Amino acid sequence: MFERTKATLVATLAAIFVASRFSSHIGPYYYDIILSIGINIILAVSLNLVNGYTGQFSLGHAGFMSVGAYAAACFTTFGLPVLAFLKPLGSFLSVSIFFGLALFLGGLAAGLAGLLVGIPSLRLKGDYLAIVTLGFGEIIKVVIENVDVLGRSRGFSVAAAYTNLFWVYAMAALTIYVVLNLVNSTYGRGFLTIRDDEIAAEAMGINTTKYKVLAFCLAAAFAGIAGGLYAHDKQFIYPDGFNFLESINIVTMVILGGMGSTWGVVLSASLLTILPVWLRSIADKPEIPHWLTPLLSNLTIPYSLLLILLMLTRPQGLFGGIALKRKKA
Amino acid sequence: MIYFLQQLINGLSLGAIYALIALGYTMVYGVLRFINFAHGDVFMIGAFAGLYIAPLVMKYSNGGPSWPGAFVVLVAAMAICAILGIVIEKLAYRPLRNRPRLTVLITAIGVSLFLENFGQYAFGVDPQYFPSLINNHSIAIPASFGLLSHLRIKVSQVLIFAVTMFLLLFLRFIVTKTKLGMAMRALSVNPVATSLMGVNNDVVISFTFGLGSALAGAAGILISIQQPSVDPLMGLQPGIKAFVAAVLGGIGNIPGAALGGVLLGVIETLFVAYSDQLHISSGYRDAVAFFLLIIILLFKPTGLLGRVEREKV
Repeated sequence: MFERTKATLVATLAAIFVASRFSSHIGPYYYDIILSIGINIILAVSLNLVNGYTGQFSLGHAGFMSVGAYAAACFTTFGLPVLAFLKPLGSFLSVSIFFGLALFLGGLAAGLAGLLVGIPSLRLKGDYLAIVTLGFGEIIKVVIENVDVLGRSRGFSVAAAYTNLFWVYAMAALTIYVVLNLVNSTYGRGFLTIRDDEIAAEAMGINTTKYKVLAFCLAAAFAGIAGGLYAHDKQFIYPDGFNFLESINIVTMVILGGMGSTWGVVLSASLLTILPVWLRSIADKPEIPHWLTPLLSNLTIPYSLLLILLMLTRPQGLFGGIALKRKKA
Repeated sequence: MIYFLQQLINGLSLGAIYALIALGYTMVYGVLRFINFAHGDVFMIGAFAGLYIAPLVMKYSNGGPSWPGAFVVLVAAMAICAILGIVIEKLAYRPLRNRPRLTVLITAIGVSLFLENFGQYAFGVDPQYFPSLINNHSIAIPASFGLLSHLRIKVSQVLIFAVTMFLLLFLRFIVTKTKLGMAMRALSVNPVATSLMGVNNDVVISFTFGLGSALAGAAGILISIQQPSVDPLMGLQPGIKAFVAAVLGGIGNIPGAALGGVLLGVIETLFVAYSDQLHISSGYRDAVAFFLLIIILLFKPTGLLGRVEREKV
């Protein structure tokens, strides 16, 4: 089974690579949306590891994303000597390695931040993680706003637009691969046990804190990678762009898709990326009633009602509980 | 020294506000064991209720500040918030009783977002000026008061202390001396046993929400008297900080919430006042509470006055 999933990953990566060769045929508007979908898939699938599979509740995913974004952006901005050092490998390979390193650093920085936040809050049961991660998002924002090198609240311009279709979807495939494999491993069983009954998990000899911290750090690391991709796509990042509402967006994707259903979350991440763009495009049309326009261009009111209604009627999400079963190898 | 005392007074008045909000968190946590994320936004609604009621009331004092007017606005805002709290509980949280905690938490976040964004839709995004309900001048303490001499206290600060003290004593009376208060305490120990004893749990929970929300409404009016600017997102930061205060004092513990609120207010204000000497930017002000929260969770997760709660299967 291990071999098969690996082969699937390699085949997917190859397909993405081939597809990315034709990306110049896509108009810039749609290309941008396609990249956003990929980045949101990474964010939502990784958050699902914590909020869905492990049954914890993180509200700071955008915070970890910002850590990764700034770390990766700093590396590609201030680490140009590394690129010069890689030059003999040819421009394609050197840029690829350079950007791969930047993403790795972004993921590492966010993962370490996850460790820092996770250890105090995950030792405890209950909803503390929600508040601590919410607080962490605010602290990161305040820190960035007070550090001169990071451009304070003015924002940080990233010169290099390294992010392309291949990188985004390769990372998305990697995220899905890691999460699916992890969930089907001993660790994944541990995550699910903690979600279903933490006391029972402890009684079975599972080190609940260790498992929770592991899931949390991994999710944070992937959020960091997504941040790195985001920074080199938009080429401009600012602290308020990673605020609480951004985290809530990702949480909504996870909840709509179904906590603990990776493919459901992939679907809902795509849906919730396309839907706002589409609604915004029709918001100004004359046949739309006047009072509806602000509701369509800013979706937070519908989102909040969606959250409440989902919890009241279908807490497992749209696709939760009907996860695609894979045949046992 | 005079600078320190001055900052201490500012800190205490900020802390009193945090304490009033924190009480709502801690009471709801006591009876239902969940964090009512929307509590900070009830505080915001309280301030807006004041904003809309104040002109109606101030007509009777020719548009000028008056104490009876301020009192009416305060009570009206508290009543509106109490009703809002009860309605939120009834519509959003009651159907989810006995569901996993995560479900309720997500609903609470949804309610919070809804209030914030509905507020932006209905009241407008920009901060609005809150009419001056009282004449908020400074009182200078005469030179003959030893340590306290030359201290300047604003009328609004005196008002905040007085109202908070009164509400705290009133709350203490309700919780310790009335039947409903006894039911509240019993419910926080064992909800099944209380319902077997003939207590209508739903009524007690509604009452708890109403009481907590009324306190948040009072805090909303008090803060608007001191800093006369209200906007739909004003509940976000105080809401989270008041939660930190509740955890600091020991969540579920009513005196703890008051203590935690006051402590947090003082620490935050002193940090800002002395940030220059510490060579830290005062921009880190909003990070103080979270830093404190992480420290508490690391070293004393039950809070200052909280007790260790054993989880039973």
